[in-house]
Amino acid sequence: MDLTTSYLGLKLKNPIVPSASPLSYTLESMKQLEDAGASAIVMFSLFEEQIVHETSELLHYLSQGTESYAEALSYFPDVQQYNLGPEEYIDLIYKAKKSLEIPVIGSLNGASVGGWVNYAKKIEEAGADALELNIYYIPTDPSLSGSEIENRYLKVLKMVKSTIKIPVAVKISPFFSGLSHMAQQLDKEGANGLVLFNRFYQPDIDLETMEVRPSVILSTPQAMRLPLRWIAILFNKVKANLAATSGIHTAEDVLKMLMAGADVTMMCSAILKHGPEHIKNVLRDIERWMTDNEYVSVTQMKGSMSQKSLADPTAFERANYMKSLHSYK
Amino acid sequence: MDTKKNRTMVTIDGNEAAAYVAHKLNEVIAIYPITPSSPMGEWSDEWSALGRKNLWGTIPQVVEMQSEGGAAGAVHGALQTGALSTTFTSAQGLLLMIPNMFKIAGELTPTVFHIAARTVATHALSIFGEHSDVYAARSTGFAMLASNSIQEIMDFALISQAATLEARVPFMHFFDGFRSSHEVMKIEQLDESDMRVMIDDELIRAHRKRAMSPEHPVLRGTAQNPDVYFQARETVNPFYDACPGIVQKVMDKFENVVGRKYKLFQYCGAPNADRIIIMMGSGAETVQETVEYLNARGEKIGLLKVRLYRPFSVEHFLNEIPKTVKTIVVLDRTKEPGATAEPLHLDVITAISEAFTNGKLPLQAYPRIIGGRYGLSSKEFTPAMVKGVFDESKKSQPKNHFTIGILDDISKTSIDYDPSFTTEPDDVVRAIFYGLGADGTVSANKNSIKIIGEDTEFFAQGYFVYDSKKSGSTTTSHLRFGPRPVHSAYLIDKASFMACHQWFFLEKYDVLRSAISGATFLLNSLYGPEEVWGKLPRHIQKEIIEKRIKFYVIDAYKVARQTGMGGRINTIMQTCFFAISGVLPKDEAITAIKKSIEKTYGKKGADIITQNFEAVDQTLANLFQVKIPNNVTSTIEMPPTVSEKAPSYVREVLAKIITNDGDSLPVSTMPVDGTFPTATAQWEKRNIALEIPVWEAEICIQCNKCVMVCPHAAIRAKVYDPKELANAPSTFKSVDFKGVEYKGMKYTIQIAPEDCTECGLCVDFCPAKSKSEAKIKAINMKSQPPIRESERANYDFFLAIPEVDRRTVKVDTIKGSQFLQPLFEYSGACAGCGETPYVKLVSQLFGDRAIIANATGCSSIYGGNLPTTPWSINNDGRGPTWSNSLFEDNAEFGLGMRLTIDKHTEMAKELVINLSGEIGDKLVNDIMNADQSNEAGIYDQRERVKLLKEKISTVNTPEAKSLLSICDNLVKRSIWIIGGDGWAYDIGYGGLDHVIASGKNVNILVLDTEVYSNTGGQMSKATARSAIAKFAANGKPTAKKDLGMLAMAYGNVYVASVAMGSNDLQTLRAFLEAEAYDGPSIIIAYSHCIAHGINMTKGMQNQKLAVDTGYWSLYRYNPMLVKEGKNPLRLDSKEPKLPLKEFTSMETRFKMLEKSYPERAKALGVLAQNDVNARWKIYEHLAQDGNSENKK
Repeated sequence: MDLTTSYLGLKLKNPIVPSASPLSYTLESMKQLEDAGASAIVMFSLFEEQIVHETSELLHYLSQGTESYAEALSYFPDVQQYNLGPEEYIDLIYKAKKSLEIPVIGSLNGASVGGWVNYAKKIEEAGADALELNIYYIPTDPSLSGSEIENRYLKVLKMVKSTIKIPVAVKISPFFSGLSHMAQQLDKEGANGLVLFNRFYQPDIDLETMEVRPSVILSTPQAMRLPLRWIAILFNKVKANLAATSGIHTAEDVLKMLMAGADVTMMCSAILKHGPEHIKNVLRDIERWMTDNEYVSVTQMKGSMSQKSLADPTAFERANYMKSLHSYK
Repeated sequence: MDTKKNRTMVTIDGNEAAAYVAHKLNEVIAIYPITPSSPMGEWSDEWSALGRKNLWGTIPQVVEMQSEGGAAGAVHGALQTGALSTTFTSAQGLLLMIPNMFKIAGELTPTVFHIAARTVATHALSIFGEHSDVYAARSTGFAMLASNSIQEIMDFALISQAATLEARVPFMHFFDGFRSSHEVMKIEQLDESDMRVMIDDELIRAHRKRAMSPEHPVLRGTAQNPDVYFQARETVNPFYDACPGIVQKVMDKFENVVGRKYKLFQYCGAPNADRIIIMMGSGAETVQETVEYLNARGEKIGLLKVRLYRPFSVEHFLNEIPKTVKTIVVLDRTKEPGATAEPLHLDVITAISEAFTNGKLPLQAYPRIIGGRYGLSSKEFTPAMVKGVFDESKKSQPKNHFTIGILDDISKTSIDYDPSFTTEPDDVVRAIFYGLGADGTVSANKNSIKIIGEDTEFFAQGYFVYDSKKSGSTTTSHLRFGPRPVHSAYLIDKASFMACHQWFFLEKYDVLRSAISGATFLLNSLYGPEEVWGKLPRHIQKEIIEKRIKFYVIDAYKVARQTGMGGRINTIMQTCFFAISGVLPKDEAITAIKKSIEKTYGKKGADIITQNFEAVDQTLANLFQVKIPNNVTSTIEMPPTVSEKAPSYVREVLAKIITNDGDSLPVSTMPVDGTFPTATAQWEKRNIALEIPVWEAEICIQCNKCVMVCPHAAIRAKVYDPKELANAPSTFKSVDFKGVEYKGMKYTIQIAPEDCTECGLCVDFCPAKSKSEAKIKAINMKSQPPIRESERANYDFFLAIPEVDRRTVKVDTIKGSQFLQPLFEYSGACAGCGETPYVKLVSQLFGDRAIIANATGCSSIYGGNLPTTPWSINNDGRGPTWSNSLFEDNAEFGLGMRLTIDKHTEMAKELVINLSGEIGDKLVNDIMNADQSNEAGIYDQRERVKLLKEKISTVNTPEAKSLLSICDNLVKRSIWIIGGDGWAYDIGYGGLDHVIASGKNVNILVLDTEVYSNTGGQMSKATARSAIAKFAANGKPTAKKDLGMLAMAYGNVYVASVAMGSNDLQTLRAFLEAEAYDGPSIIIAYSHCIAHGINMTKGMQNQKLAVDTGYWSLYRYNPMLVKEGKNPLRLDSKEPKLPLKEFTSMETRFKMLEKSYPERAKALGVLAQNDVNARWKIYEHLAQDGNSENKK
């Protein structure tokens, strides 16, 4: 049974890759993922904005109230060595690379031109096998057109690609009016992979406090339909590898995504819920299904149910009316 | 020896200079915080945490003790077992070390204690410089070496260590608190090779050889009897005889190694002087400067600096005095009431007199010796005063035992001087900067000194004056830059550069008072160069014209906003200084500033550096010189400091202190025993809030929670008769009271616009939001200036509305209790302080019958630091009466108060019975059996006592008179013992433990900020595991002490753990129950604090999260419940529902560890979570069947 796949030029032993999430916060948990069978790990995202915010926050609180009152000219020891930049993240990649066998993919969310470039370089230097760009942008400014927003994505990709040599994947949201076109543009700019899709944390309203709170909800299997469709549509239309993420919980989900055309399937919620051992179970179920159904390799099924491979390509275009139209025919 | 080698020049303060050497030359360092010596301990702890090694390649072990007594004990033990050991302290701290110092000296043990000399508290506490503390320790047998300047502090730290090892006599190395401990100066740093040459390792091995070891056991510390103790005591004489010679030998060696010459008694001045001053400490620098100045103008005067004060070598002393001297003036920086003279004065008389008696006086004639006092509590000591002293010494009948620097219109001790006299040379740039604590003025100036000190050939000096408020405090920076080392140990009074970083100072202080003719004046102004003139107050315009001042303006806040600096104007104002002061060529200065920015912020991120660079560049484009008109045109006068309605003492005395003019107050204006009136903070309208809360009556649900949490009593609620509104100002807001208890009455929430500190706690805590727009609450922050006048009128009107009748109030509800008048108002605590809401609550619930014992700390400073006090009175003139004894004895102090009240109440009752014939049986019976468990009962008893007084006032017997003097005690008193965790957990714990064990009816309020907040956030035993604090620079490794559990162990102590931000009602109930309990009560109140590095506006949210994560538990242990057959412990918080991390990630004290020591942070974080889990389990178990709210 050949479960191997290739993603961003990396040879992976199977198509299950834990996605950017708290699963990679520590070396210990990354090790557990590897032991459970993960074929690569996408690190949690390095958020430039958060670093900048934390830096100025720390600076503010360390100096708050100082030099005001003779008995308390400061409130904290002058700890001369501390780490405010991306060092901790970089260090973790470095350590992960040293102790893990599987590829480690960095993930970056920049906020400034300098940030994207510098941090990408640092991640490469730390030994990451590839980099995933976690670009997201909530376009609240009504004066900003769709194409301007698309250009931002392309600009970031272009900058990063010209800076580093390791493969670069782009994780995008489904909220583009011309998603196929966007995918093609990214492809042209040299994206080595597209990760579909970024699932944003959507805020919620707390009725008790009347406040808006960020609320993390784990994905449900239903969430996989959206990437499933788009992977099926994009398969073979872009050079870039396709990674499926959102709602992938079971072996069946993985199989479906592979058949739609994904090179890898990224898992997060299911592992958070069931623990790293879940990967082992899914792999076992995949093998069982493949055996039962006489598949020999992942490569064999990759894209077998993509739009281009279907007798009726409109199946992925008009899903809402599928059944009625079909019956009419 | 090459004394001219290139040593590093550093710009540091005295504390760092002393600590630098002490850390290099010791193995065990025991520390305890006390101002102004705390930074020496802080440096030591930080350096050891960073792994900095001593001269012998090992990292000194630094340990914080529970008190200075503990530190001295630990040092004693360390020395006995052969370590090189030291400690640092000041004032009361040194006094607490005295018993051990006698022992250490008696056992001839080498050590150096570094002392930032400070006033010992007498009629008042003072944190400032004086020699009363070191003089108090002069009989211990320690040698005493005085440093007068920052360079000397570094040099003498080494010299004293070298000398003690050889002499075996322990040393106190002391220097003036603040003036030297905190003065920043460019000095030459001694290096390790200097130390290696100076310190003889052979002597260290000898010290170790004398140490206790089971390999060669000894008995030391015996008890001796009259037969031999005396003889044994005399054995040390040869060591003391040899000591001065050893010190001089070491000083000579030092000169050989380093090049600076020191003598035990060092003379400077005319070799044929007829008059000299003898003194020690920083004041000697000023005298030297004055002597040189006056001698250059024909005087023949001199100064003898006393360096080694003990052992006092008469021989060395006499050798240094010029033979021509006819008059000696001895200056002491202390006062010893009742003594024939102050200590140094006495020593000089004795030395001269003995020499004369022995026929060995090397002078031409027996000199006239007079003495005087100067500089108590860092009182300024200037060249003008020095000249005044020399002038006095010329007189045929000079004053003896005089004072200089004050006007003593009572005992006439003071001598005159001409304050206009100055010795300041023209080639020294002298700059004064007025800033706010919050605007970064001081840190910018410290940075400028470093730039000039370290990047140029110039010498630099900086000294900083702070006011005593913790919010909105004013800072004054005094900077000197010149071609020679600066000896001026006094504030600048003739400035060539003045900077005012806040516009509102112009109307508050005479900021140009010290400007010389032709000075440069820099103003941070909202108004540009064209319009600013018209906005200036009259006195400023006048001074600018008369003194031909060059005037520049910049809108620093605008530049700060534009360059992303937020409210930080430090870099901007610093750039202005360099651009126009001419200290350095402009371009060179800008390059230096940028270099310094990179150095300062390098570790803090590239963005910060870019922002600052941008700010520097933008500054130059926004700095303008103002063209000065010929005439004064302004009609803006300085408003009166306090209202004309204020009592005369406030107007005539306290107001002067408020405007920084306290130095001009004569002795007669001060109380003889340190007793001041209360209710004075209300007159000090500080107007520090740019925004204040504004009430939206329609949204308000009238919960009064805003009133409860306000740390400053600046937002208040009243319920009142509608007819009170008859003459209400037009903007005064009022609505119908919601609820049944005051049906038909009106309700108002009113803000004190000039007392609010803009902390925003009330708005954050307000639970009521607009139903149509969530961002609008029942109170919202709005700009203060436009509504200041109208709200001031509204507040005055509000205050005039009668207070609620306490008998009608439901005190056990938040709403009800917050109608009670706060008798603790407008304190100078930090904006958003977490302690003061609890203190204010005590004042509301029990203030009209409260006696308060207050431990030294934040609460004693915001409660009792002049000029004004927040402790107030009600319309009957009743209110809390307050006193502070010490840091360590507060529980005992409060217990003493209880004992008096108990005794006097008992005596009064006995007398009431004895005088029942005159009083009448019914009244006697009613008084004796009064139920005073509620406000109505207390009211009735007050009425009875009033009647009693009327009846016995006409009885002319000793018994009746005696009863009259104590019968007020028949009304129930409420004793409150208030202090912080440093007191309760550490230094005062022994006393606290004893007091709660006494069973007496006292109420102890522990304001638990989990650090020594007042001295800058040092670790206490209340500090949580994994928190960073001073003295715990790499995170506290051990868990917080469970004070509540220890108190509960007695069984008969009421114990409560509260956090107002989590459960205000539980807090209120705890206070009521504690006070009602007829026995000892202790309330441990979680108090968020600026030292936690948190958003103070949301401090109550931090409290809530502390409880939600189980970091802090809420409970009440009420022994009364046992009588009802119930479990006395009630857990008032629920089982932790969130991980501890949710709380710790909100606070810099925890986050900082993650940034500095990530691995350690992880390990300690796990242990800290375990602490939470374990503590919860224990409490849950103990509270079984007694839980009120802890079910999931």
